[in-house]
Amino acid sequence: MKFTWFHLMPYRFLPEDFKEKYHSVWVDIPRDLYDPKVGHRLYNDYLDQLEYADAMGFDGLGVNEHHQNAYGLMPSPNIMAAALSRRTRNASLVVLGNSIALYNPPIRVAEEFAMLDVISGGRLVAGFPVGTSMDTNFCYGEIPATIREKYYEAHDLIIKAWTAKDVFSFNGKYTKLRYVNLWPRPLQQPHPPVWIPGGGSVETYDFCADHDYQYSFLSFFGYIAGKKIADGYWEVMAKKNKELNPYSLGFAQVVAVAETDEQAEKDYAAHMDYFYNRCLHVYNGFADAPGYRTVKTIKAGMLGQVGEQAAIRREGLKWKDFIEQGYVIAGSPKTVRERLREAMKSLNCGHLMILMQIGSMPPELVRKSTTLFATEVMPYMRDLWTDFEDKWSPKRMPQDDIAMPAAVHFQKTEVNGKARAAAPGAAEVRGAK
Amino acid sequence: MNTTQKLLNGKFSLEMQVYGSGEPLLYLHGAGGLMPVEPFLEDLGAHFKVYAPQFPGYGESTGSEHIDDVADAVLFYHELMDELGIPTANLVGHSMGGMIAAEVAAFDVHRARKLVLIAPAGFWIDEVPIPDFFAAQLTEIAGLLFHDPNSPAAQMMTAIPSDFKALETMYVERVKRLATASKFLWPIPDRGLKKRAYRIAAPTLLLWGDDDKLIPPAYAKEFTSRIKNSKLEIIKNAGHMVMYEQQEALVGAIRKFLKG
Repeated sequence: MKFTWFHLMPYRFLPEDFKEKYHSVWVDIPRDLYDPKVGHRLYNDYLDQLEYADAMGFDGLGVNEHHQNAYGLMPSPNIMAAALSRRTRNASLVVLGNSIALYNPPIRVAEEFAMLDVISGGRLVAGFPVGTSMDTNFCYGEIPATIREKYYEAHDLIIKAWTAKDVFSFNGKYTKLRYVNLWPRPLQQPHPPVWIPGGGSVETYDFCADHDYQYSFLSFFGYIAGKKIADGYWEVMAKKNKELNPYSLGFAQVVAVAETDEQAEKDYAAHMDYFYNRCLHVYNGFADAPGYRTVKTIKAGMLGQVGEQAAIRREGLKWKDFIEQGYVIAGSPKTVRERLREAMKSLNCGHLMILMQIGSMPPELVRKSTTLFATEVMPYMRDLWTDFEDKWSPKRMPQDDIAMPAAVHFQKTEVNGKARAAAPGAAEVRGAK
Repeated sequence: MNTTQKLLNGKFSLEMQVYGSGEPLLYLHGAGGLMPVEPFLEDLGAHFKVYAPQFPGYGESTGSEHIDDVADAVLFYHELMDELGIPTANLVGHSMGGMIAAEVAAFDVHRARKLVLIAPAGFWIDEVPIPDFFAAQLTEIAGLLFHDPNSPAAQMMTAIPSDFKALETMYVERVKRLATASKFLWPIPDRGLKKRAYRIAAPTLLLWGDDDKLIPPAYAKEFTSRIKNSKLEIIKNAGHMVMYEQQEALVGAIRKFLKG
């Protein structure tokens, strides 16, 4: 069983009456709700949290791409992965991912992912989502009717750019390039493992199965609602005679650990409420542009993740309901262990992406929950799926060959409001100019 | 009368309403598509032979995968006109259909005998932004499209079926139609008509509801200032869906202009 510590990087300070007073957390949320000075603190806190997760033995650090919203403040997750590549040693950098239809030309993604893979010594997981309708259609103006075709073309170009031995020309419908010649090429050969985050489009099952990619279901509705999606995926895999290897399925789950079940409610209920009622307060008209989902997917009865229907399903739910319905797995280490094991078994899932910084949750609680998970939950789940080979984790360089960043010495710098003395010898270490 | 028209290129099969007899009139519908029966087209059938195809991707009409952009749509109409035996015709277009009718007339100046554009799309004015129709909810649509959102016509067009199966059918059809429309209108309904509108040679009538909240009448001057032989007529007490709110006035204005 593998664990990725997944961050959304939400804005933690939306007003109390956000749901009642504001139209949407995405697309047209007023800019003056964002304070860049607070943002400075948040980005740095959030990077600290991911770095801590690396130190605590998580297998992966997850980041992803969203635009014009307060739900997840990473328009470019590659910037976060770059920061992490220098300050972490062990965990995979799970960039889940880049919405490849939005890049012009899409080899930009092939290049940046190759850079990340090389800098990190082969620790990159390359995620290729279509992206939400809010992000792709409403914020980035992509035509709903053609975005999927554009996405598949971008995928073909990126893979070819990573694997082709020679310079080649690409005559696509959406991208035309006379010379494609990737420098740098990725460290992992033939290319980093590809994970496809899906939100329940039936076409994505086939796409993953046909390319041996890992399918990651990123919903925050929890494992009970996610069962239908996982079953659909395994059904397609079985039909195509693919190995039913749990590591080929990733699943995102909100998890919170405290000393006891009661303490968990006391610590986390308000933050969970913030997450579901403010971070996910998406105007229904932005949730699903006409043509974003195929008619096949709509007819398959896939439920939308955001928007009115999703909000109706959550309406009036309290902590107890969120726990019972599986949206959140929270409680004492024992409770979390038991429920998470049951969840992973019922989904046949080998790559768990856990969301531990939930909504407005402050750093000290994130650290507590992470520590308890790492020490009292994770070790007790490592025995799951030992019979299977994880073919979807990065194949990194040997630890001894990975470059160490030089020590950093800040001079006359304030850290958390306190002046710090200049470190002796800094100039020598850095190479004086 | 409903017919099916298959184009010789094998790419398109079209559901088409045909009414009356006389000089040919090709009708190009808006983003919402045609209703099963269109009374205002029936009325026009008393004076013209009206051809009203559902655009590929609408209703039973197939082949939307062969149309990506304005040029594809224009060539589709050129081929359709040739195969209907009406290489030239009066072109009447509403909203998105008005935008495409203007393009048909601009690409090949011989296609349109006369051109009628009812609240056409095709331009963007920063100071008068067009509301985001694609993001609008069913409950908001009547308010955007109608002068009187409580009128029976408005209520009928935006009714939400209570039966789940009917709701699903309606939803899927709406998604199909608007997905096709997004090729011309998303995210801003400007595909370069401003470069080509000067070419339109046909006498052109612009018709606009005085209370059009979707594409406000301020957009009319984008057309009248570029199309040499053009004039604007405002229709009172009408929103964007002029044909359902002021059917008689609309049909009268079209007839007078085309017969004049």
